[in-house]
Amino acid sequence: MGAEAAIWAIFFLPLASFGVIALIIRPFLNRHYALSGFVLIVPLAAALGLSIWALRAVIVGQDLDFDPHLWLEVGSATIEMGLLVDQLTAIMLIVVTGVSLMVQVYSLGYMREDTGHARYFAYMALFTSAMLGLVLSINVIQLYVFWELVGVSSYLLIGFWHERPAAAAAAKKAFIITRIGDVGFLIAILYLFLQADQFAAENLNAFHIPDIWQAAQPVAMGGAILGGTALTWFALGIFSGAAGKSGQFPLHSWLPDAMEGPTPVSALIHAATMVAAGVFLVARFYPVFQASEDALTVVALIGAFTALMAATMALVMNDIKRVMAYSTISQLGYMMAALGVGAYGAAVFHLLTHASFKALLFMGAGSVNHATGTFDMRYMGGLWRRMPLTYVLMVVAGLSLVGIIPLAGFWSKDEILTGAWNGSGLVDGWVSRVTFVMLLGGVLLTAFYTFRMLYMTFHGEFRGGVDRELEVQEQATRDEATRGPAAPDQVPATSGLSGQHALVHLAESPVAMVAPMLVLGVAAVFSGYLVNPQWVKEFGIPGHWISEFLLTGVEHAAPVLADRIELHDFSRWIATISTVVAVAGLGLGALLYWRRQDGRQVPRRDPLEAAGPVHTLLSQKYYIDALYEGALVRRAFYRIIAGTLDWIDRNLVDGTVDAVGWIFRNIGSVIGRLQTGQVQAYGTAIALGSLLILLGLLLF
Amino acid sequence: MVTGYTGLLTATVFLPAVGALAILLVVRGERNIRVFAVLIALADLVLALAAFFLFDHSDGADRFQFIDKFAWISSETLNASFFLGVDGLSVPLIALTGLLGLCAVLASWRISLRVREYFVWLLILQTAVMGVFASLDLLLFFLFWELELVPMYMLISIWGSGRKEYSAMKFLIFTILGSAFMLVAIVAVFVTPGVGTFDMTLLSTSGSMLTSAATLIPLGGIFWLFLVAFAIKLPVWPLHTWLPDAHSDAPTAASVMLAGVLLKMGGYGILRINVGMFPMETHKFAWALITMGVVSVIYGAVVTMRQTDLKRLIAYSSVSHMGLVMVGVGSVGVAQGELTLAGLNGAAMQLFTHGTITGLLFLVAGLVYDKAHTRYIPDLGGLASRMPIVAAAVLVAGLASLGLPGLSGFVSELLVFMGAFQAYAWPTVLAVVGIVLAAGYILWMIERTFFGRRPDRFSQLTDASLVEALPLGLLMISILAVGIYPSFLSDVFASGLEPIVAVFNGGG
Repeated sequence: MGAEAAIWAIFFLPLASFGVIALIIRPFLNRHYALSGFVLIVPLAAALGLSIWALRAVIVGQDLDFDPHLWLEVGSATIEMGLLVDQLTAIMLIVVTGVSLMVQVYSLGYMREDTGHARYFAYMALFTSAMLGLVLSINVIQLYVFWELVGVSSYLLIGFWHERPAAAAAAKKAFIITRIGDVGFLIAILYLFLQADQFAAENLNAFHIPDIWQAAQPVAMGGAILGGTALTWFALGIFSGAAGKSGQFPLHSWLPDAMEGPTPVSALIHAATMVAAGVFLVARFYPVFQASEDALTVVALIGAFTALMAATMALVMNDIKRVMAYSTISQLGYMMAALGVGAYGAAVFHLLTHASFKALLFMGAGSVNHATGTFDMRYMGGLWRRMPLTYVLMVVAGLSLVGIIPLAGFWSKDEILTGAWNGSGLVDGWVSRVTFVMLLGGVLLTAFYTFRMLYMTFHGEFRGGVDRELEVQEQATRDEATRGPAAPDQVPATSGLSGQHALVHLAESPVAMVAPMLVLGVAAVFSGYLVNPQWVKEFGIPGHWISEFLLTGVEHAAPVLADRIELHDFSRWIATISTVVAVAGLGLGALLYWRRQDGRQVPRRDPLEAAGPVHTLLSQKYYIDALYEGALVRRAFYRIIAGTLDWIDRNLVDGTVDAVGWIFRNIGSVIGRLQTGQVQAYGTAIALGSLLILLGLLLF
Repeated sequence: MVTGYTGLLTATVFLPAVGALAILLVVRGERNIRVFAVLIALADLVLALAAFFLFDHSDGADRFQFIDKFAWISSETLNASFFLGVDGLSVPLIALTGLLGLCAVLASWRISLRVREYFVWLLILQTAVMGVFASLDLLLFFLFWELELVPMYMLISIWGSGRKEYSAMKFLIFTILGSAFMLVAIVAVFVTPGVGTFDMTLLSTSGSMLTSAATLIPLGGIFWLFLVAFAIKLPVWPLHTWLPDAHSDAPTAASVMLAGVLLKMGGYGILRINVGMFPMETHKFAWALITMGVVSVIYGAVVTMRQTDLKRLIAYSSVSHMGLVMVGVGSVGVAQGELTLAGLNGAAMQLFTHGTITGLLFLVAGLVYDKAHTRYIPDLGGLASRMPIVAAAVLVAGLASLGLPGLSGFVSELLVFMGAFQAYAWPTVLAVVGIVLAAGYILWMIERTFFGRRPDRFSQLTDASLVEALPLGLLMISILAVGIYPSFLSDVFASGLEPIVAVFNGGG
C-alpha cells in the first residue's frame, strides 16, 4: 500500500502543482514572479527522489505489482487504471523527473522577463504529470489518455506565445500531425477490443499491457491470441502513433516548427521526453513487436532513413534551434532503428544519454539567445570569450552528440552500431546491414553539422546579434519597397526572433540557467560510461549493466522471443570505424568553416551554398512542407474537396430544400386561385372527388 | 402495468412553465424578471439533479422510476395517460436539460428587448424538452415534442439576428415535416391489432408485441417514419441544412438550448423508440444507420472547415458529432457474437457530452459576438490576451470537442468506436479519421479567433463578467467531471440500455 501510494505520488505531485498554479496562483497571485516556479520545482524534486527509490526497488526486485483500479466498465469493455513499474518505467521516471527538474530551474532564469510565467509553469506541470502518467500506465487506454494529454501540453507550450502567428500555427501543426499518427494507435486499440472475448476466455484483459504481451507470445507460451498478419498490423498501428510523436518520416515535419515555443520547452519536450515517448511506446510493446519480423523491419528502416534524412537537413539550417530539432529527429531515428534491429537495451540507453546532452544543447541555445537576442547563427559568432561556461558545456554536449570517446553519446551510439552490425534473430540480415550503413552515414553528417553549429555560434567575429538582424531586415524591407518584391530566399529568416529579449547583452547567463546546465553537463560526460560500461566492472557496476537490466524486463514479459536478442561485446573495430567517421565529419567541417574570411560577413555566408540546387533542396526541407501544407492541405483538401462539398451543401442540398419551399409557396398561390367562392364549382369538385374515391374502393 | 405517483418529475417538468406563468402575471420589473428566471432555472436544476442522483441504477432496481401516472383520455377507442417516468437512458438527459436551462437563462442576462416575453418563452421551452425526456406515453411524448416548436420559433424570429424569419421558418417547417411522419407512425403503432396502447414501457419491454403483429404499414415502414422524424432533429445528412441557419441566427441562449438539448431529442428518440421498440428493424437497417452516421461525420467535418461564421462553424461541427450517435447506434448491426453495450452507451454518452461541449462553445461564440460585435472569423484574432477566461473556456470546449482524453468527449467517442468497430470495421475506421478533421477545424478556429495578432479595435475588449463566467464554469466542471470519472454517468446510461441490449442478445 505504501509503495503504491509512493509511486502514484510521482504522478500526482506535479499534477497537484498544476492545480495549485492554475486555480490559485494564476488568478490571484500572478504578480509573484518566482512563486509558481517553486510550486513546481519542490514537488518535482520530491518526485525525483521517489523515482530514485522506485529504481532501487526495481533493482532489488521488490514486488511492485499492484491491482489496477476500475475506471470505466461498459458491457464487456473493462478499462482499468494502474501502475506498471518495470525496468523500462524505472529508467524513464528518472529521465523525466530529472530533466524536468533541471529545465524548471533553468526556466526560473530564462522566463524571468515573461509576464506569463504562472501560465508557463502550469503547462509545464501538466506536461510533466502527463508524461509520468504515460510511462507508468499499465493499461493501453490509460496510456493513450496520457499520450494525448502529453500532446495537448505540447500544443499549449509550443503556442505559449500565442500572439505570435508562427507559434500559434506551429502548435496546431504539431497537434494535427501527431494526431494523424494517433489514428493508427487508436485503431490498434479498437482491434484489441474486437479480440476481447478471446482475451477473456484466457482470463486476460484486452487492454491490460502485460496481458497483451502474453497474447502475442507463440502458442507454446499460452499466447497467440494476437498472431500472424493481424499482429503485424496491430504493431504497425502502434508504430504509427510512435512515429507521429517521435517525428519519424513522414510525420517529422512538425518538430522543427515546434521550435517556436520557449527554449526550455524545446529542451524538455522536444528533445528529452515527449518526442522520446514514441521510442518508449515501441519499447513498451516490444514483446509484441518481437513477434513480427515485418513490423520490426519497418521500424528499423524508417528509423534509419529518418536518422539519415533529418541529418542532411540539419546541415544547412541557420537557426540554431532548427539545427538541433533536425538533430533530434535524426537521433530519434537512431533509437527507432536500434529497436528495429533488436538492440532493445541500446535504444533505451541512447534515449537516456540523448536526453542529457540534447537538453543541454537546447539550454545552451537558450543561453546564447539570452545574450544575443537571436537564434540565427549568421548573426552570432565569437561568443566563446563572453560566455566561456556556456561554450565549454555546449562543446561537451556537442561532442557527446557526435559520439566522441569517452563521452556519454559515444557509448550509446556505439552500442546501437554494434547491435546493427551483428543483427539479431529478429530481423533479416540485410535489414540490419542496411541500417548499419545508414546510421554510419548519419554519424558523418552529425559530426559535420555539430561542428558547423558550434563554430558559427562561438567562433569567428561577433556579427551583431539581434540588433544587426533587425537592421538587415529593415534594409531588406526598404530595398523591397524601392525595387519591388525580393526573391523569398533573399529575405532573412525572421523565425529566430524571440520577441522578448530585444537587446544584445553579451554576458554569461544567470546562475539559475547555468547551474542546471552544469548538472546535465556532468551527465553528458559520465552517464554513458557509468551506467553501461561495455567490458569491465566500474565502481561495482557490471558491464552492460543498463542493457542487461532492461532486458530482464523483456525476458520476464516474453521469455522465448527475448532469447533471440543478444548483447554484443564491445568491438574495437566498430568503435574505431565510428570514431574515424566522426572525426572525418568534424575535420570536413573544420576544412569548410575554420578561419574563413566569410566569418566576418553579416549575415555570414554559408560555404555550403556553393552546392547550389542541393543546398536549396535541403534548406527547403525536400519541399515536404510545401507538399503537405501547400499542395495537400490547402489545395487538394481545403480548396478542392472541402470547397466542393461546401458548394454542394449550399447549392444542392440546401438548394433542394429552398426549391421545395418555393414549389409549395407557388402551389399555394395556384390553389388560392381555385378558391373562387363559387358554391357550384366546389360542389362539382366534391362530387368528382367522391366519385373517384368510390371508384378506387371498388377497384381495390 | 406500472403505476405510482411521486411528483418529482411532474415538478421538474412543469416548474419552468409555472415560472413562466408567474413572470407573465406577477413579476414586475426587468431586473426582477431576470433574477426570478434564474431562481426558477436553478430550482429546476436542483430537481433534475435530485432525480439523477436519487435514481437507483443498481442491478435489480426498477427499470422505470419516479413514475407519475394518471388516466388522461380513456375511452373505447383512445387510451392515453399522463405518464411520466425515467430510466437510465432519460434521467441523465433530464439533468442535462436542467444544467443547460440554467446556463441559457444566465446567458440571457443582457437581453433588453421584450424581456418578459423572452423569459416566458425560454422557460416554456425548458418545460417542453423536459417533458419529451420524461414522457412514457407516446401521445404525451408527441405533444411535448410539438410544444417545443413554438417557443423556439419565437426566440429565433424575434430575438435572433440576420435572416431570422427565414431561419425560424425553416426550422419550423423541417420539424413539422418530421412530426407529421412521427404522428403517422404513432397512429400506425396504436391501431395495430393487439396493441391499443401508447404506453412506451409496454411497447419497448415486450418488443415481440410489435414484431409479430400484423400492422397497417409494414413494421419497417413505421421504423423509417420514426427514424426520419428523429434524423431531422439530430440532424443527419442530408436533412441537416436547417441547423446552421437556425443556429447562426438564433440568440445565444436559443443556440445553447438548440444544440445542447433539442438535438438530443432526436438521438433520444432513436434510442428509445427505434432501437427500443423495433430491435429487429434496427438490426436489419443498421447498415443504413452507420452509413448515414459516417457520411454525417466526414461530410459535416469537411464542410465545417470552410465556415467563416463562428456559430455556423459550431453548427456544422454538431452535424459531424451527432453523426457519431448514428455510428454508435449502427453497432447493433453486429453480425456474430453478442452485441456489446459499448456502441449504444457511447451514443447515449455522446448526447450528454455533446450537449455540454457545444453548449459551452455557443456560450463562447455569444460572448465573442456581444463584445467584438462580429462572428466573422477573418475579422477576429488575438482575443485570448484580452479575454483569458473566455479563452480558457474555448480551449476546454474545443479540446473536449476534438476528443481529448481527460475531457468528456473522448469517453463517448471511444465507446462509439469500440462498439461500431465490432459491427462495421472499415466504416468505423473512416469515422475515426473524422477525429483528425475535428482537430483541424477546432484548432484552426481557435488559432484564427483567439490566437495571433490582435487587431487594434479589440484592445478595449473586456473578459467575461461574473454572470457570464458562471455558466462557462458550470459547463467546464461538468466536461471535466465526465472526462475524469465517466462511470458516474455511463453506469446510469448502462442501466437504461441493458434491457434493450438484452433483447438483441436473445433475452429480455
